[in-house]
Amino acid sequence: MRPSAIRLLNILVPVKRAVDYSVKIRVNPQQTGIDLNAKHSMNPFDEIAVEEAVRLRERMKDAVKSIKAVTIGPPKSIETLRTALAMGADSSIHVEIPESAPAPEPLAVAKTLQEIIKRQKDGVDVVILGKQAIDDDLGMTGQMLAGLLGWSQATFASKVEIDTVKKEALVTREIDGGGQEVRCRLPVIITTDLRLNEPRYASLPNIMKAKKKPVEKLTPADLGIDYTPQLEILKVSEPPQRVGGGKVANVDELVAKLKEAGFTAV
Amino acid sequence: MLSRAFSSRIARAIPATRHTRLLSTAPLNALTEHDLTHFATILPPSSILSTLAPSPVSSQDLDNYNNDWMGKYHGASTTVLKPKTTDQVSQIVKYCNDRRIGIVPQGGNTGLVGGSVPIHNELILSLSNMSKVRSFDPVSGGNVATNAGGLRLLRYGSLHGTVLGLEVVLPDGTILDQLTTLRKDNTGDASLEPQLFSPLTSIVPSGYDLKQLFIGAEGTLGVITGVSILTPPAPQASNNVILALPSFKNVLPLYEIVKRQLSEILSAFEYIDRAAYDLAVKHGQGRALSDEEVEGAECFVLVETSGGRREHDEEKLGDLLEFLMSAEEPLITNGAMSQSPAQFSSLWALREGVPEAVSKEGKTYKYDISVPLSSFQDVVDNTRKHLQSKGLLGDHAVKHVVGYGHVGDGNLHLNVVAKSYTPEIQAALEPYVYEVVASHRGSVSAEHGVGAMKTHALHYSKSDVNIAWMKKIKELFDPRGIMNPGKVLEL
Repeated sequence: MRPSAIRLLNILVPVKRAVDYSVKIRVNPQQTGIDLNAKHSMNPFDEIAVEEAVRLRERMKDAVKSIKAVTIGPPKSIETLRTALAMGADSSIHVEIPESAPAPEPLAVAKTLQEIIKRQKDGVDVVILGKQAIDDDLGMTGQMLAGLLGWSQATFASKVEIDTVKKEALVTREIDGGGQEVRCRLPVIITTDLRLNEPRYASLPNIMKAKKKPVEKLTPADLGIDYTPQLEILKVSEPPQRVGGGKVANVDELVAKLKEAGFTAV
Repeated sequence: MLSRAFSSRIARAIPATRHTRLLSTAPLNALTEHDLTHFATILPPSSILSTLAPSPVSSQDLDNYNNDWMGKYHGASTTVLKPKTTDQVSQIVKYCNDRRIGIVPQGGNTGLVGGSVPIHNELILSLSNMSKVRSFDPVSGGNVATNAGGLRLLRYGSLHGTVLGLEVVLPDGTILDQLTTLRKDNTGDASLEPQLFSPLTSIVPSGYDLKQLFIGAEGTLGVITGVSILTPPAPQASNNVILALPSFKNVLPLYEIVKRQLSEILSAFEYIDRAAYDLAVKHGQGRALSDEEVEGAECFVLVETSGGRREHDEEKLGDLLEFLMSAEEPLITNGAMSQSPAQFSSLWALREGVPEAVSKEGKTYKYDISVPLSSFQDVVDNTRKHLQSKGLLGDHAVKHVVGYGHVGDGNLHLNVVAKSYTPEIQAALEPYVYEVVASHRGSVSAEHGVGAMKTHALHYSKSDVNIAWMKKIKELFDPRGIMNPGKVLEL
């Protein structure tokens, strides 16, 4: 009996350069978005995605053929790719947009990734990316990409297992009620949630190696994608200031205040 | 005169450190209800915590003021006063001077040498209500009184250089205002606008520079109520990297290379021995390095850079790391560099979290010593061997002996972690540690201060002439001996 060919996995990891999570986010003066004049780093959920790809290789060894990172962003975004390479990605793609250009919307990002996947000679079996970016909290790219490609998707992953023989992914998803296990046929889009793993530091030997790893430069025009925004943000504002509470002297006063505020007994 | 050894035994009596000598040589008075009545004319009730007051607190309520952070030193004061203005401090001190009541000035009570808690029943003068920033620079008086060096002394210098002026309440209650052109705040009036101060008038004082006496005096010459301090601008770009070294012998050559290559952007160079690192990781202080990264590491070094331009600093750091990794005989085996502000904090937590991790392991004997860099690890290892020879190394007594510190100023923190504080361990460590330090011509108190812990050990780093003149100065400022008695200088 001929053994079925085990497919070697090609993993694509899209990463985004976003405002660092430790920065206190402020609304910009024009109230059209957040103030981008702050420290940036790799979107934490994307960091988790890179880490998961590297761990899959550590677990599955030669079954993982390649890990490729891709980012869409201004020239500075190359730092984000270097981080991904230093964590263990083999190669990378930088779709460069001008510094002054607005951030691409999820649909444009998904179309870009779709085109890149189409052009990969060896194909792509697993796309793993963060569930959302922490600067816009949109959380749409992974799902849109799955829709465009017609691939299976497993979002908010807290555990990932891949079976190259059965060509399946077994993913535990974080949902409100707890955890949901789904079995998906490859190729698959996986979006990461917080509890999936804790990303490693970039070790010095890997930082040195990363300097020599390839970065392929592309533009949206090369891929034939139009980044003109389809959405217009009307207003972004901070939540209303918290008003202080008050002290009451006794239970009767508490009940009176509750009644005043319109609370009635159930 | 009682011998040093005997006074050591008295001083180290566990659990309460009561000095029978105190009562006979220093005629200080204990607080009475009458004193509390007087304080009530100076302070509102919310500023008085006392077991003797009209609305008294229990003595347990005073535990956080009477006991130090490590649980090693225990005072027995009945009263804590919490003034809000310099004027109130002045009135309290004047009264205590007249009445011969001992005073212990206390800030955050985070001191590590028993300097901020009473040795008997002295009045605790808490300055925690006086942390208001009058103009621009927030600094706690406690750190100034101890002249602590800290993680970045290497780059920003010590407090002797950065403090421009002080406002001090002297032991007789007089207010000595050396804040130069900063407006005073005697009335606690927040509407007073501080003037801009002129650095030129502060940096080169004329006459005797009295403020230097108070910096590091640990509250024995007066109470610091105001500080004017020079603050460098925060760096635009900060980066850090942790390096794993296969041998302690590589620390000094590594330091020289790092200093040379990073030059002006180097802002910290911290040493952590393997035992200290393992404890920090064990107690979840910051994310650990991978097993591969720490394999074979005998110790670690944390390097921080701070500069004006991110790209410039990263280039210098990148070049340095490449140089170190590709050397023929590398001084380092591995390491990790932070890739984000979050990782920057996490790497720092591995070093800054060591004291906390150590405190979770047991009761710690902390020695803050200054010895030549090349001797750091020998001191730690020999202390461990010494304890082993006394049968005190093991889970029953001393669990860990760890070393970590500020390499740039040769300041090592030797921590001996025990199951509990015992006279046997105390006797094995002292005077052994001080003698080792003296043999290296080092200091027994590089930055933590002398407090109550090292009064008997001062002679290991300061000559008899030096100590005699310190005593003369003390008597000049505080003839009645009310300011923090039993600290810095022996009674």
